[in-house]
Amino acid sequence: MRDRLPALVKDAALTALVAAALGLFIVGFKTRDAGQGLFFDYQLVDLAVAVATIFFGRLGLQLASLGLKWPSFALGAALGLIGAAPLELPSTFLHWFVVIAGVLIILRTIWPWANAALATARHSQRGRAFGQRGAKWFGAILLAAAVLMPFTSFADQKTMDLAVLILTYVMLGWGLNIVVGLAGLLDLGYVAFYAVGAYSYALLSTQYGLNFWMVLPLAGMFAAAFGLVLGFPVLRLRGDYLAIVTMGFGEIIRLVLLNWVDLSNGPAGIGGIPGPTLFGAVFAETAPAGKQTFAEMVGIPFTSNQRLIYLYYIILLLALVTNFFTQRVRRLPVGRAWEALREDETACKALGINPTNTKLTAFAVGAMFAGFAGSFFAAKQRFISPESFTFIESAIILSIVVLGGMGSQIGVVLAAVLLIGLPEWFRDLGAYRMIVFGLAMVLIMVFRPRGLIAHREPSVRLHPARASP
Amino acid sequence: MAYFSQQLINAITLGAIYGLIAIGYTMVYGIIGMINFAHGEVFMIGAFISLIGFMICGTLGISSAPVAILLVLLTAMAFTAVYGWTIERTAYRPLRGSFKLAPLISAIGVSILLQNYVQLAQGARPKPAGSVIEGGYTLFSADGFDVRVAWLQIVIVVVTVVLMAGFSWIIAATPLGRQQRACEQDMKMAALLGVDVNRTISLTFVMGAALAAVAGMMFMMYYGVVDFFIGFLAGIKAFTAAVLGGIGSLPGAMLGGLLIGLIEVFWAGYFTSEYKDVAVFAILVLVLIFRPTGLLGKPEIEKV
Repeated sequence: MRDRLPALVKDAALTALVAAALGLFIVGFKTRDAGQGLFFDYQLVDLAVAVATIFFGRLGLQLASLGLKWPSFALGAALGLIGAAPLELPSTFLHWFVVIAGVLIILRTIWPWANAALATARHSQRGRAFGQRGAKWFGAILLAAAVLMPFTSFADQKTMDLAVLILTYVMLGWGLNIVVGLAGLLDLGYVAFYAVGAYSYALLSTQYGLNFWMVLPLAGMFAAAFGLVLGFPVLRLRGDYLAIVTMGFGEIIRLVLLNWVDLSNGPAGIGGIPGPTLFGAVFAETAPAGKQTFAEMVGIPFTSNQRLIYLYYIILLLALVTNFFTQRVRRLPVGRAWEALREDETACKALGINPTNTKLTAFAVGAMFAGFAGSFFAAKQRFISPESFTFIESAIILSIVVLGGMGSQIGVVLAAVLLIGLPEWFRDLGAYRMIVFGLAMVLIMVFRPRGLIAHREPSVRLHPARASP
Repeated sequence: MAYFSQQLINAITLGAIYGLIAIGYTMVYGIIGMINFAHGEVFMIGAFISLIGFMICGTLGISSAPVAILLVLLTAMAFTAVYGWTIERTAYRPLRGSFKLAPLISAIGVSILLQNYVQLAQGARPKPAGSVIEGGYTLFSADGFDVRVAWLQIVIVVVTVVLMAGFSWIIAATPLGRQQRACEQDMKMAALLGVDVNRTISLTFVMGAALAAVAGMMFMMYYGVVDFFIGFLAGIKAFTAAVLGGIGSLPGAMLGGLLIGLIEVFWAGYFTSEYKDVAVFAILVLVLIFRPTGLLGKPEIEKV
């Protein structure tokens, strides 16, 4: 321990030095626009506190990784206490920063124990049986909970809004999972198809008076057609080129929507989009001429929650259709070809699978589900503008898929709850939300590249070869 | 004619900036075959560091423009290089040998992280920067239209040409450049022959980031405004330039940068400025479809 200490301190000092260099200009001086010209405030104290925290944080993490439990535990606890103490730090963010550093060190210290305990539990007879049964029942319980959710007592307006939002992302995640998780195509412009679906419904309903259920299949078809048209030339490209080209397409569609004012009303967006109807009944307090409201049709008093509950069930249904489709198609030849293509394109070519056509089907099917989700989004929001379809939206959907574990259906649900639900619930996170987002993407790639729920087992296996006689 | 000449001058200036960023993409792609998606953000950081650098120069009382420019240039290059090094060390190096898309996803994460870090630390509003070099020179007048070249434009083009020549020399004639080219051809073989591969890759990122910092500084002086989001568009355009020129090729990146500058400026000057970004994206898509190796690139053979 003694002889290692100088090396550890040196390492921590180097880390702190790099952090200081990174932060010196961006954090140390805060530019402020004061009407005439730009000024800056000194934030060097903030920087110093952050750098000191990084020094001790790195030291603690290194101690922990060397197995020196008590010193690292003490250091972590000390940092946590300092952060939580009512000191005069320049900002609340710094308090959090120090606390998080302390918590990280403590987690890192107990990590080997926790890991060992988990591994023993997982490999024991009972643990394995429980895991298998749990996996089988978990999805069913989740589904039952989702179906019954609107009738429970905590389904107030806020919760229902959030649930609809999460389910939209679950559906988008499942749709993108077909493209990224199954076929292994990195699509960074997924939001383009979402936009196509949304504008299809917005335009067809406001211009031609078509209702939601008529437009829904059309929107899916339009989006799939866009997927085919865009995908056909670009799907021959290698994976990372494909990613950039799809991102380019995503931006092109957004820029066209922004500038083609005659079609899309430009940045002002399209408003007054009618919500979805149920057998012609609208969800509103008073129905327009010639229609009746849902409350009148069923004969119950009107509450504002009915519309939300209806939207909730629509998106739940759409998401489940996406899931069901994915589960089924994985067992069909085309689904198997997708997964084979993801694993080894050259081998697929050698086996006579046409890579372009196979990728194209995945691309178009994924686009179709984005189209469905898009028209639902337009019907829910009743107002859409190009603002809703920026690149960051694609990145969020992608990170849901990646975080969940590419190809894992239940992982997408967990990731959507984690990435959409938690930040919405804790609104205060606000500005830090996207930082956590980016950080999570990097950390997951570094520590768990297969996602939270690693599921890369082939959907279909050959029967185990019989022992030769 | 006069209008055309003026647009040409503007296009060359813009093209120089894109070329500087494109070199960072192309060098990294050449050596480890990944698209450094966060490179646009490194450029943005460079722009912010030089903006703050100029303001600090003002506070310190350095009033001579050449001294201030040189000081800020070196500072921005050095400090942005630290960003390049850190990104490679923390977000890309642990992923070497992971599955194909992992570094790209990690790079998107870094990109989101850096954008929001700067937004949080410096605020979301665009920052107006005062002009450092004013004035210019009127080349000629025709049809009642003065064709002017600003001193700033001359500075930008000269600095770009000098830096590009310098970096081309580093790649072509120094031991470091030889190691980089060796790693580009065959990383395993280079390692066997005693090349420190990790160090070489780190230095590639450092060089790319330093050039991006110069581009950021030029951008900041040329447009006089920066915000946390400039890296996204500039990054994509520079990437397009790298692809157009042939990714992996240094002269290709410069040529591509120039062409993208020309396309963007002339499109905006003669057609509509709303669709100039669409034009650039469309070029990217068209090049990738019809000539994925770019203008000066070598065809790539897929190894099993």
